Amino acid sequence: MSRDVLLKIEGLRIEGRSGDTWTEIVKGVDLTLHKGEVLGLIGESGAGKSTVGLAAMGFARDGCRITGGTIDFDGIDLRKASEKVKRDLKGARIAYVAQSAAASFNPAHRLIDQYCEAPVVHDVMSRDEAERDAIDLYRRMQLPDPDGIGFRYPHQVSGGQLQRAMTAMAMSCRPDLIIFDEPTTALDVTTQIEVLAAIRDIVRQFDTAAIYITHDLAVVAQAADRIKVLLRGEEVEEAETRRMLDAPREDYTKSLWAVRSFARPEQPAPSGQPILSVKDVTAAYGTVNVLEDVSFDIHAGRTVAVVGESGSGKSTTARVITGLLPPKRGEVLFEGSPLPPALKGRTREQLRQVQMIYQMADTALNPKLKLRELIGRPAQMYLGLQGRALTERVRDLLHLIELDPDTYIDRLPGELSGGQKQRIGIARALAAEPKLIICDEVTSALDQIVQEGILKLLDRLQREFGLAYMFITHDLATVRAIADDVVVMQRGRVIEQGPKAEMFAPPHEPYTELLLSSVPEMDPDWLTRLLAAREAGQTPATA
Amino acid sequence: MIALRLALGIGLLFIVSLIIFGATELLPGDLAQQILGQGATPETLAALREQLGLNDPAPVRYWNWLSGALTGDFGVSLSNGRPISELIGARLGNTVFLALYAAALAVPISLILGILAALWRNSIFDRAANAGALTAISFPEFFVAYILVLWLAQTGLFPSMVRINPTTTFGDRIYMTFLPALTLTLVVTAHMMRMTRAAIINLMASPYIEMARLKGLSPLRIVLRHALPNALAPIINVIALNLAYLITGVVVVEVVFVYPGLGQLMVDAVSNRDIAVVQAVALIFAGAYVALNLIADVLSTITNPRLMHRR
Amino acid sequence: MGFATSVLLGLAGLFALAWVLRAGARSILTGQSRSIANDIPLTAAFGLLVIAIYAAVAIAAPALAPFPEREIVGGQFQAWSAEHLLGTDRIGRDMLSRLIYGARNTVGIAFATTALAFVVGSILGLWAALTGGWLDQVLSRFVDALMSIPALIFSLLLLTIFGTSVLTLILVIAAVDATRVFRLARAVAQGIVVMDYIEAAKLRGEGAWFLIRREILPNAMAPLVAEFGLRFCFVFLTISSLSFLGLGIKPPTADWGSMVRDNATLITFGDVTPLLPAGCIALLTVAVNFVVDWQLHRASGLKES
Repeated sequence: MSRDVLLKIEGLRIEGRSGDTWTEIVKGVDLTLHKGEVLGLIGESGAGKSTVGLAAMGFARDGCRITGGTIDFDGIDLRKASEKVKRDLKGARIAYVAQSAAASFNPAHRLIDQYCEAPVVHDVMSRDEAERDAIDLYRRMQLPDPDGIGFRYPHQVSGGQLQRAMTAMAMSCRPDLIIFDEPTTALDVTTQIEVLAAIRDIVRQFDTAAIYITHDLAVVAQAADRIKVLLRGEEVEEAETRRMLDAPREDYTKSLWAVRSFARPEQPAPSGQPILSVKDVTAAYGTVNVLEDVSFDIHAGRTVAVVGESGSGKSTTARVITGLLPPKRGEVLFEGSPLPPALKGRTREQLRQVQMIYQMADTALNPKLKLRELIGRPAQMYLGLQGRALTERVRDLLHLIELDPDTYIDRLPGELSGGQKQRIGIARALAAEPKLIICDEVTSALDQIVQEGILKLLDRLQREFGLAYMFITHDLATVRAIADDVVVMQRGRVIEQGPKAEMFAPPHEPYTELLLSSVPEMDPDWLTRLLAAREAGQTPATA
Repeated sequence: MIALRLALGIGLLFIVSLIIFGATELLPGDLAQQILGQGATPETLAALREQLGLNDPAPVRYWNWLSGALTGDFGVSLSNGRPISELIGARLGNTVFLALYAAALAVPISLILGILAALWRNSIFDRAANAGALTAISFPEFFVAYILVLWLAQTGLFPSMVRINPTTTFGDRIYMTFLPALTLTLVVTAHMMRMTRAAIINLMASPYIEMARLKGLSPLRIVLRHALPNALAPIINVIALNLAYLITGVVVVEVVFVYPGLGQLMVDAVSNRDIAVVQAVALIFAGAYVALNLIADVLSTITNPRLMHRR
Repeated sequence: MGFATSVLLGLAGLFALAWVLRAGARSILTGQSRSIANDIPLTAAFGLLVIAIYAAVAIAAPALAPFPEREIVGGQFQAWSAEHLLGTDRIGRDMLSRLIYGARNTVGIAFATTALAFVVGSILGLWAALTGGWLDQVLSRFVDALMSIPALIFSLLLLTIFGTSVLTLILVIAAVDATRVFRLARAVAQGIVVMDYIEAAKLRGEGAWFLIRREILPNAMAPLVAEFGLRFCFVFLTISSLSFLGLGIKPPTADWGSMVRDNATLITFGDVTPLLPAGCIALLTVAVNFVVDWQLHRASGLKES
């Protein structure tokens, strides 16, 4: 990498406002980017990676201000440059691709109008040239119907396609630098591949430099030449991609890698009657069937992972089991006897046996109740505990989830971190002393290191109390870590099911194969290999 | 899409007319009793009932009332026996004139103030405009009106009572109606400005505005091309809501300035418990209110590509 | 304009007093109430002070008023004097005393009306949002239809039918206003009902009353309190307007709206006395609005962080 330096940031400091006080959120970050180079910027939430990315355009969001350091873009000092100079750069020489394309496209204009805006305003092309160029780029981005798609409005185009259209738009002036801010985070795994491949190709074709911001190491490994790891506004380490994957130096970086190494030991084969059986369940919202003939069993002490992408019906299955959505046909058996289909028909004892933990602990815990009441209520209701016995039980439960009772028992959920809140959700489920806990994407909203803590806790509790888990997730890495049995769902049907060992070994159903092969691996060559394999027809390329 | 909205609006108008008609069915006793008082003989009561068609079943009376109203025939006043359409006649025009006058002043002023306050958020201008608007909202209309009278009419600049008749020229009307129109403007502007400001601030926080800034567009282009098309729908709704608010405000203001409009007529009718007149005027006001909201609804549908271009 | 100057001086004095009290509260209070005192803007402190003064005057009206509420104690339209500080009204009652009693009558009636509207509207609104289904549909569509008639117009229609006593006034305005409260309470509750913690409580087998009391109400309180302030202002202005139109609270009961109406003729002679009751109305509404604005700002500010 002896090419010219394009962007050089030194000692960057940025403050963010909360209320009336300013706190530093970026604490002296250096960054060097050469022409045509792709830098991966990774870190967990709150690491300041998006803020750094925007600062590379000389931009700070409302409520943020750049307080120190220099930002030099190709000889222009972006901190001292006038608004006019910066405006001429933005969109023309530095472009931006946002996380949510659906929100970042203006709903009032057609895609192609928004494409043409930057080239015309910056005097790069005429409107006619820009339109022809747009269609050309849409084709290169492998969008369906490249001639017509630009004439649609944003709401008429799917999420993955919008993200590609936004990348094309960023490319419209052939900028020297593009900032990608979590461009694939909101997408399903199978869609993520397509967008990732399209982004990588277009950046290489035009030899554009890029900063690729993400929290997902495996994703960034596919596209980046170098990777920089941020933690709470400071750099942890930076290295060439292969070196970073093979030999991370810092403890924090190693811990990021280590998350995926957690694995639950193999369990003995199930025996006897299952705790819960879902039998031929068909369910509908209105007249549209969202589940068709879904059947599977859950045995005591085992974890069944239900896997699928958004819209596959995995959460709907949980709603049928809990009685929120009575099925049209079929039934749910608990220890061999059928559960009444609707919530209202179930006894308190039946309700107690099946508990639920939610994805977003923020919305799953009433923000106005203290932990004492949040955790105590199920124990009070189902087990009739009162007064001192109840307090003792709550304290025991807090111990179980590794929180100090003296400190936390009278706190509100708002005073806890994300991981702690999720632990409270677990304690609340445990308080009912159930046999089965449904975990609905419980780790999806958490940072990787916190995820691991939660998974380990769930595993320990399972062994301690012989619990059965139904684990709903879209993340196959999590499945690999904790599942005993796997159920793969697509469009409301069960595609394939069986013990984990069988499910992760070929042969697979085509959809399972697609799903498995789409999970990014910690290998810079993974995407190249996968695309080549799909090209050759060895693995399915679409659902 | 639009046809559906229109149909819904007409359905709503129908329901509103039902409510206004149905309310009289709640009268203790009936209309004839109401007119003649407790001392009436059974014979005169029966005769009046016959004359007013009170012996017909309610649906028939409703139909007669509504079909009459649609052709401009609202029946006769219970207190003086004159045809209600005659009472309403010129007054309707006067009220519409006053409302339009106030709207012509209020809409541009409040949109400009609201947009400026939003763009210069937290500036001195924004704070002052907000405090002023909050104060104006808090004042009863008659208070604003009398302050203006004390201030502008005492000095002889403008008349404190509006004496207009059909022969008054347009220029004189504008002059004589200035104080009532200004009163309404002050009250409505405050509301409209605050809502416009809120709508624009809400809009400027959206990711596509940030995207436009990151494309290097000029602030003017961002406002005109990216914010405005999306702001149309909320602004239209704000205008409609406040024009509808004028309908209420007009009642009090007309009384203060002795302005010969529908509001004045309605207040007199309520004092005399002249239910027939009250019903007629309420139907007109409510109809205007529903129509305004309907127009706003249709306009914001037209300006929303999500609704105009389905998937 | 000696009068305008003294009004401005009086307001400035109130602001100064509010500032002093806030400074005092900051030095005395501790803990959470201290942080509220630190955070409160001057306008809201002013609002709280004004509300407190009104409440005190309303409660202590008989002790404060120099003359009885309804008695004729002097000549008609007497000028301001040592005996009658604010002069006398159209039939010779003491203006100051009636102004003081007005705090009791006008504010009291408006408060009772708002409270009634609020209890009815918010209970129905929360219930509709929680239950959903046909009950919600029926109630909501009914309220939509009622709300498509402007509030003042609908009130006038109902007052024509039921007559204009104080009781019907309270009931009619409360009924009309309850529709607005219903809509807000339902919207607020709908935002809460979709939260997972409500689903969790339902799955636990909790009844509707527990859900409303422990899960929904604590989270709906902040917007509902702010709305109570706004609705109070609205009801207060509506009742004053109706009284001013001669359709609300009627003499001899001392009421600010009808006092303006009774003595309006003086205004054309440049006398400000009839504007005093209107000013009392305006001052209280401004005060409540300042407090509400602060509460709304606090609620939204907390959400952002």
